[in-house]
Amino acid sequence: MSDDVLIEARDLSVHYPLRGKNLFGPKPVVKAVESVNLDIAKGSFFGLVGESGSGKTTLGKALLQAAPISRGTVAYDDGDVKFDLTKLSNDELNEYRKRAQLIFQDPYAALSPRMTVRDIIAEPLEVMGLTSSREETDARVREIAEKCRLNLEHLRRFPHAFSGGQRQRISIARALVSNPQFVVADESVAALDVSIQADVLNLLKEIQQEMGLTFLFISHDLSVVAHICDHVAVMYLGRLVETAPTRELFENPRHPYTKALLSAIPSLDPDDTKQAQKLEGEIPSPTNQPSGCKFHTRCPYVKDICRSNEPVLQHSSGGHEVACHRWEELMTP
Amino acid sequence: MTRLIDVENLTLQFDTDEGRITAVDNVSFTLEAGEVMGLVGESGSGKSVTAKSLMKLNPSNAIYSDDTKVSLHLEDGSVDVMSLQTSTDLKVIRGGAISMIFQEPMASFAPAITIGDQMVEQLQIHTDMNTKRAKEFSIEMLDRVGISDASERFRQYAFELSGGMRQRAMIAMALSTKPKLLIADEPTTALDVTIQAQVIDLMKDLVKDFGMGIIFITHDLGVIAQTADKVAVMYLGRLVEQGLVRDVIRNPSHPYTKGLIAALPSLDDLDNPLTPIPGDIPSPLERPPGCVFSTRCSSIVGDICSSKIPSFSEVTKGHDVACHIYDEGASK
Repeated sequence: MSDDVLIEARDLSVHYPLRGKNLFGPKPVVKAVESVNLDIAKGSFFGLVGESGSGKTTLGKALLQAAPISRGTVAYDDGDVKFDLTKLSNDELNEYRKRAQLIFQDPYAALSPRMTVRDIIAEPLEVMGLTSSREETDARVREIAEKCRLNLEHLRRFPHAFSGGQRQRISIARALVSNPQFVVADESVAALDVSIQADVLNLLKEIQQEMGLTFLFISHDLSVVAHICDHVAVMYLGRLVETAPTRELFENPRHPYTKALLSAIPSLDPDDTKQAQKLEGEIPSPTNQPSGCKFHTRCPYVKDICRSNEPVLQHSSGGHEVACHRWEELMTP
Repeated sequence: MTRLIDVENLTLQFDTDEGRITAVDNVSFTLEAGEVMGLVGESGSGKSVTAKSLMKLNPSNAIYSDDTKVSLHLEDGSVDVMSLQTSTDLKVIRGGAISMIFQEPMASFAPAITIGDQMVEQLQIHTDMNTKRAKEFSIEMLDRVGISDASERFRQYAFELSGGMRQRAMIAMALSTKPKLLIADEPTTALDVTIQAQVIDLMKDLVKDFGMGIIFITHDLGVIAQTADKVAVMYLGRLVEQGLVRDVIRNPSHPYTKGLIAALPSLDDLDNPLTPIPGDIPSPLERPPGCVFSTRCSSIVGDICSSKIPSFSEVTKGHDVACHIYDEGASK
């Protein structure tokens, strides 16, 4: 594992068992995440995009050791400590919880209505035993609240008094109060209005740079990812189909699925009626996955090999990794 | 084009435990047959409540002002929607002349009744089709919105369909009574982008074929740009700008519309940081006096912004904006 990598996943798979219909033979499973190889560099803002059911949340949870890893490894190395997430002792897991945190999607559901904002933000410190006195806790809460642009007088109030944007800033403060190294933000701006969303995105980016954090930013909104992330991975049906530096991915998408996703974003220009690249059909059910390339049922460039062989993610030019049998042919129209 | 609906001075308040709140404040607009109007605004702007008022679907604590006038022009004369009181009277418009599709199709279908039975039921209420004809027609409609194996799907329950399929079935159901006006409340928000693109294409086709008027409610200006002919922007219950989509998006004139467009992450400009609109949307209990946007506006003209409600000025023909910046000269 090289020095600048914080999280390294190899052949990572998460399978959930289904209630068995097969009396004999293998037990049926949902392959939520399948054979993912992923490096997240230290200090990067790593985007993970895909449609609902693509497994992006499960992958994020697996990297936090919050989903059962069925196969493969995840290594974490922040310079101070190293962990192999598949073989954590209880003490190590407690230590990892301090260093890896999650920001949720819905700021209305994530905050307890019965606790004051101060108690919400202080709870992780108390649970993890990070501070030794109430004064120390309060000082730390105030410090992080200021970073997240919360008014100090807000700390005495309850969450119901706050708007969506303010609540999301409280969630962010709670996630960051334990000084984590790695933060997974799962659709953290999806529930916010556009005018507020921009503010929270700017805040996340600012804090990430200031505190030197590594973010995994999970989102279905490609325009948001384009603005905030430096590296992006695209998921489809539990697999990574393409990863690339953000600008590369948006300017020269290689995988047909990435191309289709990008062209499906409605343009603000009323005269821009790009009809090309419309995808037919929907993402298949993860319990009944197609053979070969998982995208072949919707791919406009499907060939026989796509139906029989599953492509692996391989390095290509421009820092891309792409899992497609035909990406080279498709580059020269 | 023929006028489909006139909305004048729509003002709607709700009596709540915390006091009386104004949800919609003096909103007027018109819609022609075959026209798609986008109603844009953030949460709490009153866009859904406005649309629901057109069929008096708001809850019983809703109070409409006396000068609110909603006239729906049908082939056999105009209907004054506000004068309709009983649910029998309202049957003419609810599901008849006006249909509505919602954001979350799973919540809009009854879970324990098949899709087909629900479609047949409403056809029997609103048309004189017999059961056999209603069934055939429902399957035709499902087929028309691009659902494969329509006769198979007809017998299924909502939970057996995927999200995109459910929204298509919802559209088929809403259109089967041949409404004159379709209200689509965030119909693509819960869908993935690739499915959203399919549903938008479908709705465009259907407008051409059926010629009804559509009010398309969304917070996504990109979706509006791709579907609507004209657009009305709402903020905190008031209409702040309206005009043709091209005019409003290319030449946004209200500071709020400008801010909304600037806050959108655009794929054409990845280098500059996003520009949020400062502050938060005020609570409806604390509506600012004067211009509703004055608490967050960066182009304040003077005290007038927080004391006097701006009236509409014409920017270009058919493009109106309610802002004190345009008071001089251009004011009507």
